[in-house]
Amino acid sequence: MSLTQQDVARIAKLARIAVTEQEIDAIGQQLNDIFGLIEKMQAVNTDNVEPMAHPQDVALRLRADAVTEQDRRDAFMALAPQTEAGLFLVPKVIE
Amino acid sequence: MINASLKALAGQLAAGTVSSEELARAYLDRIETLNPLLNAFISLDRDKTLAEARAADARRAAGSAGPLTGVPLAHKDLFCQQGWKTSCGSRMLDNFVSPYDAHVVEQCKAAGMVTLGRTNMDEFAMGSSNENSWYGPVKNPWDVNAIPGGSSGGSAVAVAARLTPVATATDTGGSIRQPASHCGITGLKPTYGVVSRYGMVAFASSLDQGGVVAQTAEDCALMLNVMAGFDKRDSTSVERAAEDYARDLARPLAGLKVGLPREYFAEGLSPEVARVVEAAVAELKKQGATVVDVSLPNTALSIPSYYVIAPAEASSNLSRYDGVRYGHRAAEYADLVDMYEKTRAEGFGAEVKRRIMVGTYVLSHGYYDAYYIKAQKIRRLIANDFVEAFKSCDVILGPVAPTAAFDLGSMNNDPVEMYLSDIYTLSVNLAGLPGMSVPAGFAANGRPIGLQLIGNYFGEARLLNVAHQFQLATDWHTQQPAL
Amino acid sequence: MKWEVVIGLEVHTQLSTVSKIFSGASTAFGAAPNTQACNIDLAYPGVLPVLNEAAVDKAIRLGLALGSKINQKNVFARKNYFYPDLPKGYQISQMDLPVVEGGQIAIQLGDEEKVIRLTRAHLEEDAGKSLHEDFHGLSGIDLNRAGTPLLEIVSEPDMRSVEEAVAYARALYTLVTWLGICDGNMQEGSFRMDVNVSVRPQGQEAFGTRREIKNLNSFRFLEQAAKYEIQWQIDQLEDGGKIQQATVLFDPDTGETRMMRSKEDAHDYRYFPDPDLLPVRIGDEWIARVKGEMPELPEQMKARFAEQYGLSAYDAALLTASLAQARYFEAAAGDCGQGKLVANWINGEIAARLNRDGGDIAACPIGPQRLAGLVMRIADATLSSKLAKQVFDAMWDCDLSADAIIERDGLKQVSDVGAIEKMVEDAIAANPKAVEEFRAGKEKALNALAGQVMKASKGKANPAQVLEILKNKLTA
Repeated sequence: MSLTQQDVARIAKLARIAVTEQEIDAIGQQLNDIFGLIEKMQAVNTDNVEPMAHPQDVALRLRADAVTEQDRRDAFMALAPQTEAGLFLVPKVIE
Repeated sequence: MINASLKALAGQLAAGTVSSEELARAYLDRIETLNPLLNAFISLDRDKTLAEARAADARRAAGSAGPLTGVPLAHKDLFCQQGWKTSCGSRMLDNFVSPYDAHVVEQCKAAGMVTLGRTNMDEFAMGSSNENSWYGPVKNPWDVNAIPGGSSGGSAVAVAARLTPVATATDTGGSIRQPASHCGITGLKPTYGVVSRYGMVAFASSLDQGGVVAQTAEDCALMLNVMAGFDKRDSTSVERAAEDYARDLARPLAGLKVGLPREYFAEGLSPEVARVVEAAVAELKKQGATVVDVSLPNTALSIPSYYVIAPAEASSNLSRYDGVRYGHRAAEYADLVDMYEKTRAEGFGAEVKRRIMVGTYVLSHGYYDAYYIKAQKIRRLIANDFVEAFKSCDVILGPVAPTAAFDLGSMNNDPVEMYLSDIYTLSVNLAGLPGMSVPAGFAANGRPIGLQLIGNYFGEARLLNVAHQFQLATDWHTQQPAL
Repeated sequence: MKWEVVIGLEVHTQLSTVSKIFSGASTAFGAAPNTQACNIDLAYPGVLPVLNEAAVDKAIRLGLALGSKINQKNVFARKNYFYPDLPKGYQISQMDLPVVEGGQIAIQLGDEEKVIRLTRAHLEEDAGKSLHEDFHGLSGIDLNRAGTPLLEIVSEPDMRSVEEAVAYARALYTLVTWLGICDGNMQEGSFRMDVNVSVRPQGQEAFGTRREIKNLNSFRFLEQAAKYEIQWQIDQLEDGGKIQQATVLFDPDTGETRMMRSKEDAHDYRYFPDPDLLPVRIGDEWIARVKGEMPELPEQMKARFAEQYGLSAYDAALLTASLAQARYFEAAAGDCGQGKLVANWINGEIAARLNRDGGDIAACPIGPQRLAGLVMRIADATLSSKLAKQVFDAMWDCDLSADAIIERDGLKQVSDVGAIEKMVEDAIAANPKAVEEFRAGKEKALNALAGQVMKASKGKANPAQVLEILKNKLTA
């Protein structure tokens, strides 16, 4: 497997990370090195092996339906880059 | 006083021979002198620390002190702490003052412990050298040209340089054990689920586990008594009765079965590390332990499996850093997508971006089964290897890292070489087992070498027992760098 | 060419829990922006989700009502995409193992019943809202809604007309509100529909290419949008064009659909199991508990009403159009023991008035107890139907009981034989012509005489008694 420049650009786009033309080759090379390492697992037969998503094989614990949180808008808003009228502001969202 | 263990300091505080404020001042003074050289701390706040110390003294005067009330500690900069910057070593969170406390922080506060400051780390806990911090690399106090290990490098260095008696840390693929080994101190990564992840900034959720670095195994036990415990806010926190992790410390090792995985002593292990580990095995045998040959045949596969699963989870966990609600936002952008892309390109360092991209790719359409599911299947094989091995032994013993600490800057442009050095630590996280690093010797160049002990699920007390008995007979853990 | 329409629906029902699906923040509608968004909803570093049991309960309820399979192991997955109203950069949803799979629901089309199959229903969290009012050319983000529990109910493409699609949506709406899992408030977005529409030449087996109309929040919009979209697709095809798979939005102002994104722009959501959450295990005991908490289902209740109260299928169906209506009926019928009469009043007078005022049974000013009180006075012959109507009118506008109004207005029916005999004799004496006609065999003349008696009693005489006494006197 070898990632092309287009692959790198597509991944960067999906991950919302700006990558310059100058960076793209170096990143591609590093990613290809990493995938070289990763590809080693393809040699192993894993037929009939159950994927392990988690160290614990237990059931999810649930919480009762109750309101436990208070309004902390002012404290939260103080951390935001741009706010107005209790809203977080972002560049225009186009649907 | 500065060289005293956590246990000893707690005793002095209880005896009234020192006050918490005096202790805090002594450590803060030492930090002020040495931190410019070592860069172990990201944030310090003398006033806040002293206020906490005075509160602890008042609590003691009121007769409501617990065993660790007034003892200072440092927190790895990824445990959210209200009123403290919680940066995760990232420019992305350089301006983030947490509005809430992590469970671990709450527990330490409830115990009356005093925060000296927030320790440096690899950005978002991604790294094995502590060179990936927005705040610059941490220096190893044994040799400032050496890496301290990562990602909990700041915590490990702070303990090794006696800037704090103890520090919180986290371990996703070796981030407690490896820096502990490189800094000549003791580190404990508990079983997954023993310490709540609530408020611990996520790197890879199914692998992350909070733990501790300290001078001794006994100190680790005392700290785990504070940090561990069920927390309903973490769905993966294990619901178990509270236990005293120090209960087995004094137990003799006669009859202990120590498993030596042959794969951990194969090609790639440096002779001087091998020598140190063998000497440690000899010591345990002297104490009555027997040695069992075990096999962890899929050890080599832990690297590809881990470097698929951890980046996949990380790529998703780090999507919240988008410049909308908190943290860094790029100064200039053309539109929404541009704002996202510039914010994240500026806010994250190279290694974090690399792992996000690897993770994004392995989860993307058409690659999920070939990479992510395959890695999870291998994860199962690795966990099964341990189940098999523990049928014939009580603890598993091996090296932490193939070599002692390497030179700062020596692997900067070779992520793969760096990843390969995680070979002995990754499996423990994939399986979710507890592991320790215990000081066991030095390389020819004077850099420390640690010994890794791996326990069965929830076997922390036994692990700590073995480490403690080893430390009663050796003095590696009491040696300290000349500073 | 004759075209056949194929429609499938994905409905997002907001589950009526008091707190969010993964946090303890309130789900109440209409709060000031971002005052009901806690650190978990805002995706602060280090926060973790904890699942709300009530959301799972409600999903199980639906599954049981639809005869679906409840997956005893179901898994939450992350759906990854960037959007300002999605704080974590992923939505916690379910992919491979949803809580509910399969099942079916019957829809009524005139006299015919058709069964629509369900594909699945899965739990997920809602996103926040982007407000586009002018913030200096920027958008404002309100995350109060972020984390509100949703159950996305996906049908098979079983509908063959817009009418069927609307009937399905309505049937599902009735069911989720009946089950108490959704408050049904469509203006507040509690029931939002995505409609997949395609057309194919009559007789062709393969489906045509579909387009998905997103986010319709009324049955009228569903009807308008689907109709427009079908015609648009047919026009395209008849002009020799092709349909491209796409997502479209409906503009209620123009009545048209417009393209939002094509298949090429489709997201790569990178689903994977959420490592912060373990699999949900739904044991038999849990299912049994939910079963025990379920209200009687509409179909069962309809059959029981017909049987227990001797109602026609039609009446029983009307009464079980909503759980509130059925409960109203049972309360009133239980109080007075006159199911048939109560049914007549609810389906007659009350329905007509509510219809006129545009309200449902919850808006009825006469509660079931008061209605029962009225019906009892009809049953025991205190009120004639005419008087009953008069009392009912008065009750509609005040809080008094039927008895209080009867007392106040002196509306008690006269059943005193002596009093009626006296009035009958007066009427016979005053109307010799009618008496003559009756005796000549003209039965109708009797009614005229009875009318005179009723008039004389100001409507209070018991009409049956009046007729009987009249007959006796005239044939004696």
